[in-house]
Amino acid sequence: MKDVTITVIDREGESHELIAPTDMNMNLMEVCKSYELPVEGTCGGMAMCASCQVYVLSEEHIGERNDNEEAMLSEAFYVKDNSRLGCQINMVEDLNGLTVELAPESE
Amino acid sequence: MIKTDILIIGAGPVGLFTVFEAGLMKLRCHLIDAIAQPGGQLSEIYPKKPIYDIPGFPSVLAGDLVNNLVEQAAPFNPGYTLGERADTITKLDDGNFVVTTSKGTQHQAPVVMIAGGLGSFEPRRPLIENLGDFEGKGVEYIVREPQSFLGNDIVISGGGDSALDWAIYFANEGSNPVTLVHRSDRFRAHKDSVQKAHELQEQGKLQLITHGEVTALKGDDQLSEIEITVNKNEVKTIKTDYWLPLFGLSPKLGPIGNWGLEIEKNAIVVDTFDYQTNIPGIFAIGDVNTYAGKLKLILCGFHEATLAVQTAYKIIHPEKKFTMKYTTVQGIQGFEEKETPVLI
Repeated sequence: MKDVTITVIDREGESHELIAPTDMNMNLMEVCKSYELPVEGTCGGMAMCASCQVYVLSEEHIGERNDNEEAMLSEAFYVKDNSRLGCQINMVEDLNGLTVELAPESE
Repeated sequence: MIKTDILIIGAGPVGLFTVFEAGLMKLRCHLIDAIAQPGGQLSEIYPKKPIYDIPGFPSVLAGDLVNNLVEQAAPFNPGYTLGERADTITKLDDGNFVVTTSKGTQHQAPVVMIAGGLGSFEPRRPLIENLGDFEGKGVEYIVREPQSFLGNDIVISGGGDSALDWAIYFANEGSNPVTLVHRSDRFRAHKDSVQKAHELQEQGKLQLITHGEVTALKGDDQLSEIEITVNKNEVKTIKTDYWLPLFGLSPKLGPIGNWGLEIEKNAIVVDTFDYQTNIPGIFAIGDVNTYAGKLKLILCGFHEATLAVQTAYKIIHPEKKFTMKYTTVQGIQGFEEKETPVLI
């Protein structure tokens, strides 16, 4: 199992390169938190709060939204076509090179 | 004035467990919470979700864990001030703290334990420019007295349980049709509720607008019309008396941030010896605190609560020597009903 490298652009526009393991059953929200990026993850990764919303800037790496994620994003704010919930993106080798941007925090 | 030994801000799992640990040491507790039920995030966000990292429970539903914690605390007769946010704190000359809530209820105790999680839950406000002009004048985030809405035109937005439950309630109870607007055709709400909404739509009691979003509010002083954009380009204007945007609640540290406590990254800095803050007598436990190596886990909050009450005991009873007791030796001795904190 290889580690993957992911680029996360924070809300100030600064770019961070994160190295994430693929054998720890981690998702993108958890990886961001472990690097102390400002991702809240209020609901603990259950697709129930949208505080880990990201915009995917390199779509070729990533699958479709799942049903729970789609339902949550349909109630969240600042949602764009490339919005995903970080907690629903599991760290797999295909994600190597993924670039995402953190969505604004909703009020 | 409500008087107690330990005043706990936040009735989530960690606040509830504090009552138990304090009770073992014969200390009385009173809990304050902004939401109307105990359990914090577990009740508000994910009551039906299983939790797998509570020692001794291979799996437990969040709602069941809360019920168990309430039951575990019950022998110690905690007092509850629910549905009121702890707003201000003052220190009296005798060392006691007085905490006043958003509704003006006053509480006095020598020790304050902040177990506020991520903060108090406040409604998520949609991004509409003139929203503030109509809040309380037709835009309502919480339905406190449903009767007062009956006989009016109501538009509800959202796809979760609260949006669906109120849409169904008003469609059944009210004389006027209800409009439910949702940005998708998929709902987070319970399947039964979604089916019920579709049935009410067929009966003409509920108008369901999917792929729609409220995009503008109009009215002189009071809300009278809203604009709904459907499929991103078609704009409908409909008359309404109320708009209830029910997009869930999000936590805010809120007034606690102005209590003079040392704050770092939206959390309260504590000493890991006893989880006391920079203000002696005020502790912070659970998700609301931070320290080197902090993990926001329920089980870590339980540990923090247990250690914090040891120092709390010394503050409340400086003259007594306390030796920690094991519950396996003598079990639990609760408080008699008459000893509960009294309203003065």
